[in-house]
Parts: sequence; C-alpha cells; structure tokens
Amino acid sequence: MMETMEFEVLGKKDTRSGFGEGLLEIGKQNKDVVALCADLTGSLKMNAFQNEFPERFFQAGIAEANMMGMAAGMTIGGKIPFTGTFANFSTGRVYDQIRQSIAYSKKNVKICASHAGLTLGEDGATHQILEDIGMMKMLPNMTVIVPADFNQTKQATMAIAAHEGPVYLRFGRPSVPIFVKPDANFQIGKADVLIEGSDVTIIACGHLVWKSIEAAQELAKKGISAEVINMHTIKPLDEQAVLQSVAKTKCVVTAEEHMINGGLGDSIAQVLTRNNPAPQEYVGVNDTFGESGTPAELMTKYGIDTRDVIAAAERVIQRK
Amino acid sequence: MENNELARIASQVRRDIVRMVSAVSSGHPGGSLGCADFLTMLYFDQMKHNPNAFSMDGEGEDLFFLSNGHISPVWYSVLARAGYFSTEELATFRKISSRLQGHPSTDKNVPGVRMASGSLGQGLSVGIGAALTKKLNQDDTLVYTLHGDGELQEGQIWEAAMYAAANKVDNLIATIDYNGRQIDGDVDDVLTLGDLSKKWQAFGWEVLEMNGHDFVDMRTTFAKAKSLIGNEKPIVIVMSTEMGQGVDYMMGTHKWHGVAPNDEQLADALNQLEETLGDY
Repeated sequence: MMETMEFEVLGKKDTRSGFGEGLLEIGKQNKDVVALCADLTGSLKMNAFQNEFPERFFQAGIAEANMMGMAAGMTIGGKIPFTGTFANFSTGRVYDQIRQSIAYSKKNVKICASHAGLTLGEDGATHQILEDIGMMKMLPNMTVIVPADFNQTKQATMAIAAHEGPVYLRFGRPSVPIFVKPDANFQIGKADVLIEGSDVTIIACGHLVWKSIEAAQELAKKGISAEVINMHTIKPLDEQAVLQSVAKTKCVVTAEEHMINGGLGDSIAQVLTRNNPAPQEYVGVNDTFGESGTPAELMTKYGIDTRDVIAAAERVIQRK
Repeated sequence: MENNELARIASQVRRDIVRMVSAVSSGHPGGSLGCADFLTMLYFDQMKHNPNAFSMDGEGEDLFFLSNGHISPVWYSVLARAGYFSTEELATFRKISSRLQGHPSTDKNVPGVRMASGSLGQGLSVGIGAALTKKLNQDDTLVYTLHGDGELQEGQIWEAAMYAAANKVDNLIATIDYNGRQIDGDVDDVLTLGDLSKKWQAFGWEVLEMNGHDFVDMRTTFAKAKSLIGNEKPIVIVMSTEMGQGVDYMMGTHKWHGVAPNDEQLADALNQLEETLGDY
C-alpha cells in the first residue's frame, strides 16, 4: 500500500491560472464559448482569452448582477457563457440572479469563481467567502465543482463546457502543489481515490486534497492507513465512492476550505446518515469570519491545515 | 393587423385576465390590464415570431422578455390567443402542476417563455445578453423587453442600462410600463423616478414616448423605434398606461395591483369587456 502514496509533485501553481489556460483552450475548440468578467480580468487570468477572442469577451464592469443576467440571456441562441469574478461576488452578491435567471431557468452558464476562502489572504473577511459551496449546492439544477490543483482546474474548465446546465466552478489564489497528471481524464461527478487505506477515509476538495495527502503520509508513519479521496464534484456527489470507502474504514474525515455548515462535509454526512452511519470529523471553518493574514497563517489559525487533518483522523478512529 | 382587430383581441385578453385571477383569487390584474393593448400590438402586429414551433433559441425570430413577471396573466393570455398553447390551459393558471406558474417559468417548458421572471430588475440584463448573442450569430432579428416603472427602483436595471449604452446594444427595444403605481401606492410617493425620460437619455439611450392604449400612436412609435435599430444606441419606449385599464373600478388607483376580483366584481368587470373571440 505504501508505494501508492508516492505522489510526484509536478510543480506549484495557482488554480486560477488553470482556469485561465482551460478557458483559452476550450475557446479555441468551441466557438460558442464566450466569457464575461466584472473588472477582474487579470486576477481571473482571463487576459489570454480576451486577447485571442476579443469579440467573444465581454467586460461587464463592476456590475455583477447585470453580468449574471447577461450570461443567462446569452445562452438563448446557443452560447456557453463563462462568468469570472471573485467567489464572493460570484455567489453571495448575485444569489438571486443566479437563482432565478440561471438555476431555475436551467441556463447553460458556467459561474467561475476565484479567490475563494481564507487563502485569498490579506484582503480579509469581506472577500474571504466561506459559504459559497453551501449556497450553490442548495440550488436545484446546479453542479458544483472544486478542483484540487492547477491541472485539474484546467481540465474541469474544459469539461464543464461540454456539460449542459449551470455549473459553479470554484478555485483560488494561492500557489498549491500540482499532482494531477496533465493528461488526466476529468469526469464530473466521479471521485478520484488517490490513496487506498483501511483505517480511516479522508474526503477532501480543493487544495485541502494535497493537505490530506500530506496527512495520510504522516499518519502512515504512525501506522495508520488512511484512504484519501479527491471529491472534486460536490454536486452531484459520488455517493458510491463514499459508501464503498466507509464500508471498509468505518469512519471519515472531511476537509475543505469552507464553513463546516453547508460544505462538502455536510454532503458526506447526509449520504452516510441515510445509508451507513459512521463517525465523522470535520476539517473546515467553524462558524466564524476570517481576517487578514498570509494564507499559511490563516490556514493554521482557522484549523484547516495538514496537522488538523491528522488530528481529526486520530480523533475519529477513537470513535469507531 | 387593423387597429379595430387589435382592439377586439385586447378586449378578449382583458376578459381572460380577470377570469384567470378571479378563478384562483390571486394574481395581478392591474398591471396586466394596463399592458393588454401593448402586448396585443406586439404579438399580433409587430413581432416576427413563430407561435406554432416554439424554440428556446429563437434564431431568426424576435424575442420578448417579460421582466415584470407578476403581470403573467396578460402574457399567458396573449401567448395562448397567438397560438403558443391552447386557450383552455389558461384555466390552470396558478393551480398545482400547471405550466402557467404565478410568475413565468421555463421549468415546465411552457411555449413562449424563455426565462423565469418575478424577482424584479433582471429582465433587461437577460434581454441584453440575448441581443449580444444575436449579434454574434449575425441574426438581425430583435429583442423586446417590458419592465414595470416600480421595477426601475432595482439597481440592476441601471447596471444594465449603463452596459447597453456603453456597448452599443442597438438591436434591443425596452419598454417601460409607466402607469405611475406600485403595490404600496403611487410611484412618486414610494420612491419617485424623477424625470424618467431624461434619466434614460442621461444613460445614453434613445428615448421614445407613447400612449400604451392608442394603437395609432403605438404603431407610429414602433415604426420609429425600428428605424433606429442599428444606430449604435439602445432604445427605450416610455409607455404611458393606466393600471386596470378597461375595468372602471380598477382604474385610478394602485389597489388592484395584486388583488383578484370576487364573483360580483368579476361579473361587473366582464360586463365592461366585450367577449370577441370566445372565453376559454
């Protein structure tokens, strides 16, 4: 089992750059792809698309509600709009526009959200949204994807263009290790079992997947065999993957850069309570706003770092 | 279509409206009655559209978006009378499992409806988006939107107004139902719009004004609006209407914005509206 834990780190990059590359690539492949941005083209890494396809790029200005409505309208006639702004302005600020004009109306809009969570860093809590996954997964018709690294974000960006229906794609600002192969086949709704184990299941999304890999490597040194699952699609959830793993390990840790309320962990708990109740520990932000600081400082202070995943795993094993 | 023919259709549409809302003791008759002439003119005389083969994408067709979704009764009646679906279906309005939801929805695939509306202020953005796609597709048909005047209090409208002017969205004709009334009272008392035409002008729009109950004036104004298509400016028609138009006791007040008539009031209303095409 130990040899499966050797992960080749292919470098380190921000996931938003994966979005930028994916958008450019899918723009080349599909002329119906259009992009809208609310005055954050550089931050979202959308410049390459803008330069290559100026006629298919729409600068909305600092007017996110209008951007979401326009994106919904652009689907009528066959376009596939990708909207880009920070996660806070992609969700909370425009919840009703998404709810009525996109989700309820079943419009083929791809809501692409950067700078999610605490690791946006020094800008502080006004911009550090930790509720977006919850808001988006509650909407009927919405698919919610949180890719783990640069390569997976690029692959997911391209995959959602081929998926009919509204999608929320969440990524971030910090550079995180790349471990997904550049030629990996990203499948919406299909979890990746990264490490097989027998004592505890760790299910994570976003860059907490890498933290969970690190945790599993540390746990192995203590003789604990942890299974690590990259749950990049939170909705629709790969329930089979959850149930198969927990049937074996009998306990689970969930890890995410999001509020515990309403996040990935909640979705996992729901699957387990309905099918096969098991002890669960949550690594996430516990009902508090963030603050200014470096990403590393914030992850430590708010309890979403590697050591927190390790501690949660040790706790949950005791509860079996 | 001749103006007297349009007037006959509008009279039947008004009967449909009061019967629909009365049947379920809910819905919004005031604004619906006020826009009956406009929507009749639009669907029976002005728009290039295909009621018998509705497609969501509407390529090669003019598109209409109702932004003030609460006046769904008038839209449903006009759609049915134009042939999008059977007039019998109007009897299902607001009832369980109906395609004719209280506010318009695409959820159950009702022909003619391309976007949910009800939460106000969103339809202009949607219309602009659809107009942008028409340009990308080199489709020279038009996009029409309708908005309540109270709805203009929503900030998103002005985000959209700014965008359309800045980006020369000149294949769009927005119309404002300027009846001066909203649920809580007169618009001037609730939150005045000031000089509405000047506001749109200041936002860079081509502004036309018309009487929404005068088919001659509407015909002239639509012709003028269409002549301005492609002039690098979005177009708005500020349309004067009377909330409750056609039913005397509903006119001159905001009180029938969202209240349905009882049986006695319904009979009174129907006495004032000629049955021209047969009730559903």
